Amino acid sequence: MADTPIQAAPQEARAPEVPSVVEVLQDLAKTSVLKVQNYSILSLHALTNLASGPRYIQDTLEQMDDIGVGSLPIVLLSGFFIGAVMVLQTGTQFERFGQASLTGDIVSLALVRELGPSITGLLVAGRCSSGIASELGSMLVTEQVDAMRAMGTDPSRKLVTPRVLAALITLPLLTTISVFVGLIGGMVASVLSLRINATTFWERAIKILEFSDIMQGFSKSVVFALILATVGCYQGLNVRGGTQGVGRATTQAVVVSSVLIIVSDTFLTKIALYLADKFF
Amino acid sequence: MEPYPSGLTSTLTATSQPSIEFKNVRLGFAEGEILRGVTFSAQERETVILLGETGTGKTLLLKLASGLLRPDSGSIQVLGKDISGIPESELLEIRRQIGFVFQEGALFDSLTVGENVAYRLHEDGVSEEEIQPRVEEVLRFVDLAHTSDLFPPELSGGMRRRVSIARALIARPPIVLYDSPTAGLDPITSQTIISLILRLRDVYGVTALLATHRLQDGFALANFHFDPQAKKVRRDSSPEAAQTAPTRFLVLRAGTIYFEGTPDELMKSPDPYLQRFLI
Repeated sequence: MADTPIQAAPQEARAPEVPSVVEVLQDLAKTSVLKVQNYSILSLHALTNLASGPRYIQDTLEQMDDIGVGSLPIVLLSGFFIGAVMVLQTGTQFERFGQASLTGDIVSLALVRELGPSITGLLVAGRCSSGIASELGSMLVTEQVDAMRAMGTDPSRKLVTPRVLAALITLPLLTTISVFVGLIGGMVASVLSLRINATTFWERAIKILEFSDIMQGFSKSVVFALILATVGCYQGLNVRGGTQGVGRATTQAVVVSSVLIIVSDTFLTKIALYLADKFF
Repeated sequence: MEPYPSGLTSTLTATSQPSIEFKNVRLGFAEGEILRGVTFSAQERETVILLGETGTGKTLLLKLASGLLRPDSGSIQVLGKDISGIPESELLEIRRQIGFVFQEGALFDSLTVGENVAYRLHEDGVSEEEIQPRVEEVLRFVDLAHTSDLFPPELSGGMRRRVSIARALIARPPIVLYDSPTAGLDPITSQTIISLILRLRDVYGVTALLATHRLQDGFALANFHFDPQAKKVRRDSSPEAAQTAPTRFLVLRAGTIYFEGTPDELMKSPDPYLQRFLI
């Protein structure tokens, strides 16, 4: 039987059966596996759609504008101050050992490898994953998604793939901008607070970086983009319970994508360090 | 109000095969089985009115006919093709032969009325030069030519329904499915919508399934006809008129077809349940 909730025809009244604990746990496990399966299928379709037409270039550009340009102010602002606060926190510790000049090294590594991708990912997830979920959820409850299907359009191609592609293109760019602005913030804090020469800070910050560090940051931003876009789309397209359900899906999208970004970050770091050790 | 020009005539061709055929279709959800072996067919140019109380599965039948839902068992044939088990990619092609008028319109909020109506043509890659006149023609048909640049939230409920009809017609489908097209509308607006459905049927010969709980909509479709020469809707209950634009009632009850027959047979039925609809 399908799982869409609708009004059932009047049935004969019967005493409600109380499910056992085992049955409840079984149902929970089945529901969870089903959700993971459906999420995986949606994500896979979103990516495989890229290989064949029709392609919605205009929709992708609009989403790039929304996700990329729309997120730029918060990424710039937060990136600058994260770089600055990193310098303030680490610089005072290095000063105690007379190694304040190392501040540029540590801030650069932290921003490129870790803080740039993860903070940008979390910020964009908070802003866009929720936006995607609420937009698609509203379309679903007002039958706009059904109308799209009824007119011969595949919602996966029209709604999901442009959002995923837009996130995959814009998040690495936003991360790069965030890291750059973070280094500027760090430099300003170093000059004003630690009295480190700006040139020295930049030289050390650039010199310490290796190809593997840049690849680590880049690969993380790509994975985070995939997570925030697909989770937003999945939550939006699986709304149940009208407008209240849209609210729930929006919250869920932010929570799930943020948690997945943090959890996947750990594994990606481990994989990146292993690969850097083996191949670079 | 000018009807469609010749270019927008339905692509329907006369064959003896039913346009839509349901055979022992069953469908259920977690809450229970809703459709319990529904069998019926709609012939070309026929209007089948699905009548029933709320929750009896009228909308489900429309969604099944357009492939938006799949049956648990049984088969559904649309334009000679069994759609109950085919993949979504093939269904998308079948759906291009079907116009669907949703209960609340289901217009795209972020697009203007003109863009909503032109949506399917854009999807089909039709050139802008061709789209513009076709959109204007269809909007003129539903008497909403002046609303092309408005957004759906700026329209009244009846206007949204008419835009939805225009959107369903732009691709010249041989089949149109109406989901409670007059629900929640005042009597005058309901009459306008029914007149539009009449014109579509009598001028372009579309096959239609119309879900409703309003018996008067069904009788209006059975007893009134659009005269293309006079461009007026006239009362005509003659057998000749019924022959050219046949109308049939299906009454749904408890997941099955409870009654199937002509408006006359429904009127004369002594069945107490059917009598409740006639009061």
